[in-house]
Amino acid sequence: MSLSVRLRHRLPGFALDAAFDAPPGVTALFGRSGAGKTTIVNAVAGLLRPDAARVVIEDAVLCDTDAGIWTPPHRRRVGYVFQDARLFPHLSVRANLTYGARFTGRRPRAPFDHVVGVLGLAALLDRSPGALSGGEKQRVAIGRALLSAPRLLLLDEPLAALDDARKAEILPYLERLRDDTQVPILYVSHSAVEVARLATTVVALDAGRVLCAGPADDVLSDPAAVRAIGVREAGSVLTGIVVAQHDDGLTEIAVAAGRLLLPRIAAQAGAQVRVRIEAQDVLLARQRPEGLSALNILPATVRATRRGNGPGVMVQLSAGGELLLARITRRSADALNIVEGADCFAVVKSVSVARLDVGIRDAAPGPRS
Amino acid sequence: MDGFGPEIWQAIALSLKVAFWAVAASLPAGILTGYALARWRFPGKGVLNGLVHLPLILPPVVTGYLLLLAFGPQGPLGRALTALFGGGIAFRWTGAALAAAIMAFPLMVRAIRLAVEAIDPRLEEAAGTLGAPPLWVFATVTLPLAAPGILAGAVLAFAKAMGEFGATITFVSSIPGETRTVPSAIYTFLQVPGAEPAVLWLVALSLAVALSALWISEAVAQRLSRRVRGL
Repeated sequence: MSLSVRLRHRLPGFALDAAFDAPPGVTALFGRSGAGKTTIVNAVAGLLRPDAARVVIEDAVLCDTDAGIWTPPHRRRVGYVFQDARLFPHLSVRANLTYGARFTGRRPRAPFDHVVGVLGLAALLDRSPGALSGGEKQRVAIGRALLSAPRLLLLDEPLAALDDARKAEILPYLERLRDDTQVPILYVSHSAVEVARLATTVVALDAGRVLCAGPADDVLSDPAAVRAIGVREAGSVLTGIVVAQHDDGLTEIAVAAGRLLLPRIAAQAGAQVRVRIEAQDVLLARQRPEGLSALNILPATVRATRRGNGPGVMVQLSAGGELLLARITRRSADALNIVEGADCFAVVKSVSVARLDVGIRDAAPGPRS
Repeated sequence: MDGFGPEIWQAIALSLKVAFWAVAASLPAGILTGYALARWRFPGKGVLNGLVHLPLILPPVVTGYLLLLAFGPQGPLGRALTALFGGGIAFRWTGAALAAAIMAFPLMVRAIRLAVEAIDPRLEEAAGTLGAPPLWVFATVTLPLAAPGILAGAVLAFAKAMGEFGATITFVSSIPGETRTVPSAIYTFLQVPGAEPAVLWLVALSLAVALSALWISEAVAQRLSRRVRGL
């Protein structure tokens, strides 16, 4: 199951011209506000009539302006989770969740109890939406969309209105959702943290155009995508396996280029994790540094550098085959002769990796419904 | 009550009947019109809005006279009704109900329109993305959320219908037991020497009816709006 989108649309002062394919898994539409992300999801959901478009899910043509095809929103079977949840205030949580159930026709739908279990909604069922916290509302909204047996889930910045604690509460649910359902997910976000943790595919947008698109780890560590991400938030994702929990509060993770020591991650040995490392937290050295407080030193090779207008240089490194981004000054790059093919060492402070930066994928053997 | 008792009760019962049917029969049209004015964009929207509000600004006597022209025995609609049903509505209680409905309509539509405008259309969008067709969305999201406003509009219209006088007396006259509603009865009794006690009774009774209607609607509206706010 995959989604293919081609669309052109003009709004006053803004022109959108984008085309991309979303394979199964989580495809993140990523870019700064005003890049056209919400316009795209609204067009996919049918809430906006684009000037010219062709949107196809599986083999169903939702919209093809050339052929004059237009499926109204309620026949698209697209589950939309809005930024502001949009729960029906006059209905209980249970009635909200089952609202779409009567329209699913013969499509297979996720069992109610399963969705309630995955999203942790059992205790909320008889409450009224007015009595829920922001994070709870979003979880109900996700469940409501899932239970309408969608061909595709659209999540439009579902965490944007929440504080970090609430985000940390919901991200694991979204990760479970990703690993748990067959439904492809289109995830809109301007947060590199969320995208790094959730996305399997990334479409980076800038000013209504696709800047680059492809597998998440490649796009996130592509210096060209930095424009969409923002230089301060740019970072790459390393995949690793938890090796050991140490007594001093650190967790040891094996990645392709070596071992990482990070502040305690709540995962058992053997669990697969994704760790986002911000480009500005990475130091470069030409010789293996000694007498350094930073615990993580990974050998790497420079693959590409990209100079902007400012004083910074974005350096893409290959560390044991995985891509890593480092942001250093132009001056250092020149002094150390950081050019394509140069061997160096990437240094990462353990404490610079925050809790939100670590995602646990498929938490190995554990209770799962 | 100096022998006016039966006439007083007759007038009260008739007024309640006329007002009830005026509101009940015009409510669906009121909801549709209020919704259309709040949500739809269509050519002639300004004209429709003006037409709905016309009875509010026209002298009621003029509205009554226009009704008489249309529905009187010689009027085009009156003749059509006679041909179809064997009788018109002029000088009948049904005519009084029509006059009351038309006079109360702007108040009803206004309240409903405001209620619909206050509903976040994005909730209706959300219902659509869950697979609900537009009519279902209207019935399960729009109507329940607008319910307090619809109720307020209906109560206001009921009160207006109870008190309608000018258009009613012009259109259907003041026939005891048929079209003599409370306001008509008060007016008539004021012309009769010695009927002041009856007038006072009518005034007191209509006050009681109006106040209890208001109280009931207030209580229901509070419960409804608590539910609508999701508390």
